[in-house]
Amino acid sequence: MLTLAHYLVLSGIIFAIGMTGVLVRRNLIVMFMSLELMLNAVNINLAAFSNHLQSMTGQVFIVFVMAVAAAEAAVGLALIISLFRNRQTINADEINTMRG
Amino acid sequence: MNAILANIGFWVLGITAVVSALMLITRENPVHSALWMLLTFFCVAGIFVQLDAEFIAAIHVMVYAGAILVLYMFVVMLLNPKSTGFIKMPFKVILGAIVSFVIFLQVMMTLMGADVIKTSQLTGISDPNNFGNIKLFGIELFTKYIVPFEIVSIMLLVAMIGAIVIAKKD
Repeated sequence: MLTLAHYLVLSGIIFAIGMTGVLVRRNLIVMFMSLELMLNAVNINLAAFSNHLQSMTGQVFIVFVMAVAAAEAAVGLALIISLFRNRQTINADEINTMRG
Repeated sequence: MNAILANIGFWVLGITAVVSALMLITRENPVHSALWMLLTFFCVAGIFVQLDAEFIAAIHVMVYAGAILVLYMFVVMLLNPKSTGFIKMPFKVILGAIVSFVIFLQVMMTLMGADVIKTSQLTGISDPNNFGNIKLFGIELFTKYIVPFEIVSIMLLVAMIGAIVIAKKD
């Protein structure tokens, strides 16, 4: 029998994988992909609670999270392009001019 | 019978999602990462179908697989980056994995201590008038959440203008 806990644990695992990706990878594009993974985990969480509480509110908020994810992807990738044009790199370890 | 099928579906989709997410963060080539991300998105869409969110599943595939993933692919192909993209020091890779594992354990311990887990039957969205998922969704979005909806549309406009301004050549 599937319960709420199954879906919450799944979303927790995916969130942890996404966080590992952000911490471990230094390629900015892959770091952004890991960020999308974390937002997906949040969406699973919202859908599971929407089902459990018998309310559509969770699903409405999934749409808002998706809109934020789309906006974040657009602005973030524009920043990456602008950065690459100036520095010829997208490795986060090499972008250290501001280090004190 | 139905419960067994739901169980099989959950485990297949869940395990595939986790494995492809792991592949996403371990591939050196960003194009491979993007393709594994596509598989993850499809599995998450299947999970949404299981959770009575069919409309969400459809727009999830459209927005993520159709729009965001193509954007990522464009940027990867446009930049053609040389770096393989892992932290140089293996010690720090292990440290990052341990940190996120500890945070995962904390989340799980909090979940298992919560009351909501003990009485957690998934009953499904109640639909007394036989409206269907999309109509219920529309009623909720355009009555209770109409102001946040308008604000989100303005946010998308701002993000679009911002992306153009940032990526433009001077």
